[in-house]
Amino acid sequence: MLKGLIGKKIGMTQIFDERGAAVPVTLIEAGPCYVTQVRRPEKDGYSAVQLGFVEVNPKRLTSGEWGHLKAANLPPLRYLREFRVKSPDVAVGDKVTVEAFSVGERVDVVGTSKGKGFQGGVKRHHFAGGPKTHGQSDRWRAPGSNSSNTDPGRVYKGSRRAGHMGAQRVTVQNLKVVLVDPERNLIGVRGAVPGPKGGLILIKEARKQ
Amino acid sequence: MNDLLKAIEMPPNPNIPELRPGDTVNVFLRIMEGGRERIQEFRGTVIRLREGGNEASFTVRRIASNGIGVERTFLMRSPRIEKVVVERRARVRRAKLYFLRERTGKAARLKEKFE
Repeated sequence: MLKGLIGKKIGMTQIFDERGAAVPVTLIEAGPCYVTQVRRPEKDGYSAVQLGFVEVNPKRLTSGEWGHLKAANLPPLRYLREFRVKSPDVAVGDKVTVEAFSVGERVDVVGTSKGKGFQGGVKRHHFAGGPKTHGQSDRWRAPGSNSSNTDPGRVYKGSRRAGHMGAQRVTVQNLKVVLVDPERNLIGVRGAVPGPKGGLILIKEARKQ
Repeated sequence: MNDLLKAIEMPPNPNIPELRPGDTVNVFLRIMEGGRERIQEFRGTVIRLREGGNEASFTVRRIASNGIGVERTFLMRSPRIEKVVVERRARVRRAKLYFLRERTGKAARLKEKFE
């Protein structure tokens, strides 16, 4: 069975496990997703399954997207995402629901983190900043020295500086599935998931079990 | 709150009666100790109630030995709470009784409310 789903983050809450302990949970409204295309090594050079999520008015799609879906006799779908699978055992048109996952399983969750805008080194890279007292001024949140001296005489590329933070693709690995509700298409994972409420979320089988 | 979040709310613990700030309560808590279960009591005054579905909670303050104040927060929907008994209700004029923290002895008394 294909282990992959596209979903929407609903928010966080807590539930109680069988021992009565409160468990932090992120709820994701996931699926039902349609298999919209199967990539095969012979034809595409790699194997993967393309899933589609959220039925929309076809006017919302480009004619290319709509044509791609119409050719496979599928409804108009807003989001199309590929999941790498070794040997796809599904066909175009198949539905994938939260029942693909079961409680207790480990999953990797992919989302787009909240954008933080242009941020300094203290927030972005956990720099310590400068001393706040002992005659210092204007140095509280300064990044400190950039580099060395005459040798190498330049700043290495890729060194950590202030800059744009967040709004990146982030994967959280090995989250435990604590709740599956096929009736409401809900899946709950233990702990936090990147992105804002309503953000697009991909759920996959955990790579490192 | 989002409807889907509400949908997985636990039913309220049936053994917790309606609580008000100022109530003197006895909380019976189930505790697992080395594979054995026992009941622990915590008796004191409700100084705070918080709403919020599964995260709803209440805080009980009591004076332990040597006059040291101890506060404990319980989750309203926790299945670990065996039961809560209201022993006394008091007439209070505010929702959060944080002023009790600065008071000891006679000054920390609350006037009883009779219904």
